[in-house]
Formats: sequence, structure tokens, C-alpha cells
Amino acid sequence: MINKHTISAWVNDQPGVLQRISGLFGRRGFNIDSITVGNSEEPGLSRMIIVTTGDEQTVDQIEKQLSKLIDVIKVDHLSSSDMVARELCFIKVRVEPSKRPEILGVVNTFRASVIDIGPNSLIVQVVGELYKIEAMVELLKPYGILELTRTGATAMRRGD
Amino acid sequence: MEMSKNNEMITGSEALLRCLEMEGVDYVFGYPGGNVLYIYDALVNTPGINHILTRHEQGAVHAADGYARSTGKAGVCIATSGPGATNLVTGIATAYMDSVPMVIITGNVPTTVIGTDAFQEADIVSITMSITKHSYLVRDVNDLPRIIHEAFYIANTGRKGPVLIDIPKDISNQKLNFSPSDHLNIRGYNPEPKPDQTEIDRLLSAIEESEKPVIIAGGGVVYSNASEELLEFVNKTNIPVTTTLLGSGGFPSAYRLWLGMLGMHGTYAANMAVQNADLIISIGSRFDDRITMKLDAFAPNAKRIAHIDIDPAEIGKNVKTDIACVGDIKAVLTHANRKAKPAHSSEWINLTQDHKSKYPLRYNDSDSQIKPQFVIEMISETTGGDALITTDVGQHQMWTAQFYQFNTPRSLITSGGLGTMGFGLPAAIGAQIGNPDRLVISINGDGGIQMCAQEMAICAIHNLPVKIVVINNQTLGMVKQWQDIVYEKRYSQVDLTGSPSFVKLADAYGIKGIRATNKEEAIRAWHEALDTSGPVLVEFVVPTEENVYPMVLSGSPLNQMVMGENAND
Repeated sequence: MINKHTISAWVNDQPGVLQRISGLFGRRGFNIDSITVGNSEEPGLSRMIIVTTGDEQTVDQIEKQLSKLIDVIKVDHLSSSDMVARELCFIKVRVEPSKRPEILGVVNTFRASVIDIGPNSLIVQVVGELYKIEAMVELLKPYGILELTRTGATAMRRGD
Repeated sequence: MEMSKNNEMITGSEALLRCLEMEGVDYVFGYPGGNVLYIYDALVNTPGINHILTRHEQGAVHAADGYARSTGKAGVCIATSGPGATNLVTGIATAYMDSVPMVIITGNVPTTVIGTDAFQEADIVSITMSITKHSYLVRDVNDLPRIIHEAFYIANTGRKGPVLIDIPKDISNQKLNFSPSDHLNIRGYNPEPKPDQTEIDRLLSAIEESEKPVIIAGGGVVYSNASEELLEFVNKTNIPVTTTLLGSGGFPSAYRLWLGMLGMHGTYAANMAVQNADLIISIGSRFDDRITMKLDAFAPNAKRIAHIDIDPAEIGKNVKTDIACVGDIKAVLTHANRKAKPAHSSEWINLTQDHKSKYPLRYNDSDSQIKPQFVIEMISETTGGDALITTDVGQHQMWTAQFYQFNTPRSLITSGGLGTMGFGLPAAIGAQIGNPDRLVISINGDGGIQMCAQEMAICAIHNLPVKIVVINNQTLGMVKQWQDIVYEKRYSQVDLTGSPSFVKLADAYGIKGIRATNKEEAIRAWHEALDTSGPVLVEFVVPTEENVYPMVLSGSPLNQMVMGENAND
């Protein structure tokens, strides 16, 4: 069955590591929905969170092939157990000053926030799980979305 | 001021060569150029390392490959930046596909101009990322000893493979306070997982319950030096064995339970055994498409498929596996042999033996013409199956796998995974250098020999007694065979008439050349070649029409074999 999966890879913070990983996905035909990279709890090591779509066999191969890369220290299939995942999204919406209160209502209900207001537009920031961001985007579509940018999900296993 | 030998200021190049010596390297294969000049300069004062100057970087990398496959030690080659490095790409990919341990050293432009499209700059680390096990761009000369030690460790452990070290020119001339490194900073690398006894026990019970088991033995058996353990395992379990191309010699071909090679050009007995087996045990083989053929029709009667492999990622990659023994094959088989009991396989063995005797590999021999299969049989018989054989790629490669009776591991050196033409001659050079006392025979077609023919110079210069066989059918035989069978005899660009006289070509390089055009000449020429003490080229002129059979067409299941026109008697 084809599903979304979230995988964490703890990797050496070395030039070329992102290329090794994206190259592996490209070469073996694995899908990347999103990929985020940043510092981890240990200096010299980064953590990548990769969201991918595939069946169980594909995800098994992704884990094993990632683990084979020398610069990958540890791979964890986060979505195989209890995890938290969040993504940050900015949405620039076309809006006349008169319509601002209406939009602010939507934004407040979603516990999103407005981080910039221009003469004819504003930028909404929403943080949340995938479904929340998609719902927010759907609600703002009728107003006219001028620009949208998403960070891709970061995630962590719950508990210890 | 005097400094201790283990702690002194030397250049990156000197450190590199000293590290190579400490890794036990005695031969390197290479070609100099602008950005490796410091390395080649340091080589002048390093008598412990013998450098073989090939005539093309591709020759160097294939020679290092042949050295590695035949000795089990990592092969080393050196090339300069840009075109030197890109000329290695085919050879690196060849080694990667067949899991050959190799350390490749390339020069690069100085760090100050990297990224500026400087003269002879190529980003070889990126270019080779998907065909190396790992790679390094050295940015600090002080890292060099550690990187070299790590590179050899990574190349030589686990599933072996090529590791590339790219050294910018300025780094190769900077000084470092040298001390040898035994430090390994590779946290995420667990090359040899301990065999899991539970899975081994599951395998042994599956064998005891099985009535129609078959073993597919691959290159992993050879690389893991596990041939003896495999033989013991077979003796204890009574399971017939088929070998892959790279598994040739991993199991003695004279042994009763050996069924021959399987796959696209496999034997009837081997292919039928796999398709009818109730238990498949793959040992160091990766279910490549040339052995499974139509994947969803592969081994339809197998109740269980077991896979022994050192690389966990091979488990379940192509074929769903029920029992997975991850680990070094020698270690896994040693564990298994302690408790292994026979399968209930006597009827099954009778059936496979029946197939083996009823449908042997065969061809229509001729009294006058030289049949290519006859040449291979003659080479096999006159050498008792004990020669070290390298091949190129194509029909002659398959005939060699079919008709040469390999007795021992590391006797067939051939590009299996990548199928690289031009491999046969330079690989033989590396193999002969690594095995000075063995009879090395390089079997080639008239196509592939012309891809690295320039390396005949190396045979002559170093008086390497390689027997270079050219089976000349004046055509690109394997391509023609496909055009014959799949493309309704519409021949397209396979005619190789107009090739040079191979005897004259050998002569130009200072090598004795002999040409045989009929059977009598063939026998005489081959014996003359065997009696020649130095390098010799023997050209056998064979008919253009001969094809390799059996053949399973792409997209067909393994048991649908085209047996050839001569097989129905």
C-alpha cells in the first residue's frame, strides 16, 4: 500500500552529503515529498527529515540504501511509530484593506498569524501538521494566493 | 634538528605514498598529468611502490580491477584531474557493479581555483558519486593519512567497492607533520554484521523440510573466500548448485551437484532447477535481471526464498525473501555447517542430474572451421581448468562461462554487472602482475580487444606472459545475435570487417602474433602460444553466424529457453 512516510537521517555535516542523499533518491527512483536539513544535538552532525511516498518495500529499501551511505550515521523510520511532525508555511494573500478583518478571523481560528501587512496583501504564517497547512491553504485560496512557501516537515519520535 | 621517522614534516604527496606503503600497496596503475605532478615527483623516491604506466587511464583502472579481483587486495590507480579522472569513470563503474575493492586517486586543480572552470577541472567527486562506495575531496593536508586509511578500510570491508580520493594540487605539495593514522572515524559504518543464529536455524529447518532445494552461488562466495565452506555446506545438505557468472569457480565445476551457470545463457539443468525448486538459497548473489529473467515468473514453485548476503540492502531488493541471513558468507556458512542436515532431495537430485546429462551445453562442431566453443573447450582442456581467465564482454564471454571448466575461485575475471567492453586485456595485465606465477589468459572478441588494444604495449614492456586470445568473428557478435533473434535479422552497425590485422598489431607492439583460420591451425597455434614464454596474441578466425545458446529472451521466464538449432537431436 502506498503511503506517506517520514524518515530521519542523522548525517555528517560535510560538503556533498545532501547531494549524496538526493542523488540516491533520484538514481533509485525514490520519491522526495520534502526534505529538511539542519543542525542536530551534536556538533558536526546534521539531521535530515525526509518525507517520501511509497509502499512498504520501497521504504524498506530507502532505509537500507540510506544506511549504506558512509556519511549517514543513523536512519529512523519515524512514522512507523508515534511521532510529532510540524511544518512552517508562509502564504501571501491578495487582500483589500476592507477585507482584512475577515481574513484575520480565519487566521485566528487556525492559530496562525499575520506576519506582514502590505497595501494590498498580507502574509499569513501557519505552523502545523500537514493537514492543517493544507486546510489553511484551501481556505485562503478564494482570496487569491500570490505566493506560497513551505519548509517541509520536521519531525521527532515521541517520548524517549 | 633530527625528527623521528614517525613524526616529521613531509609533503602531502610523500605522505600519500608512505600511507600506500603502509596499506601494503606494492603496485599502482596510473597515468601522470599536470595536477598529479607532485605525486609523481614523490614517486621517484619511493622504490617500494611499482608504478605501471598504462597507455590510457581506462587501462589503468581496469588493470587495478584485475589485480584486485585476482588477489583479493585493493587495487590502486592514479590519474590526473579533468580528462584523466573522467577516463576512469567506466572502470570505476565496472568495479562498483561487481563489488571490487579499489582505491582511486585523482588529482584536482588547486583549492584556490576549484569551482572556476580552471584548466583540466572536473568535479570528479560528483561525477562518480553514484558509482563509488565512498569518496573524499581532501581539503586539508593534515586529513590525508586518516582519509587514506579510511579509504582502504571502506574499500576492503563489508560489501567491497571502489573509493575515490580527490587531491587538489596545492594539497599534494603542502607540508604536514606526518604521523601514520590507524584512526577510523566512520561512526555509521557497520561493515560486517554478526550472523543471526535464529535466521540460520530457520534456514536449516527449511532445508530439512525441503524436497527440491537449489543453491544459487554468486560472486559473494568468491569475494568472501567461502568456497570451501560452500562445498562443505553442499555435502552436508545435498543441494544442487548453480553459479552465476561472477560465481564461476566459487564451486568446482567437476562436482556432481553442480548444474552450471543459470540465467539468460544458463544451462537447461540450472534454469529448470530454479524454476521447479521448492527452496531457493541465494548465496552472495543479488537476483540480477540476467539471472531472474522475467521477475514475476521467477522461481514460481519456491515455497521459500532464502538469501545470504553481506549487504542488508540486497535483501528484498528484487525478490521477496523469506529467510535473510545477513553477514559475511564465510561466517554464515561456518555457523550453518555446524548443524546442517540433509534435505530430502534424492529424487530431485536424480531429476537435475537427468537434465544435466540429457541437455548439456552443445554446439555443432566442424572439421574445418574453428567454432568459438571449440576454442574455449581446447583452452579449458589444455590448462586443466587451472588458468586465470579474463574476458571481455559479449559472445566469447558467455562461451567462456559455459565451456571453460573452472576449478577454483578467482579464476574468472569478467565484467558481469556493467558489461564493460575493453575490460579483458587490461584486467589480465593487473591479474598477471598480481599473480606472476599463474598462467593468465585473456579471452576477447574482435570488438572489445580494439577498445583497449593499446595496453598490449604494457605486456611487451614488462614482458607479462599473458596469452591474448582474440576470437574473431568479424562482427559485434552479441549485438548481432539480438538482431538475429529479436530484430528479424535487420543487422545494424555490427559489421567489423576492416579491422586491422591483429597479428600485425601485436607485432607493432612487440608481441608475437599467431593467426589460425582452420581447426588444425587452431590446435597448433594454441600449443605454440602455450609454449611461448612471453606475451603472445592468438587470433582464431571463427564463423560469423555462431550464436550463444541456450538463450532466454528478455521478458521471458527462465524456463523458456531458445535451445538453438543444434539442440534437438
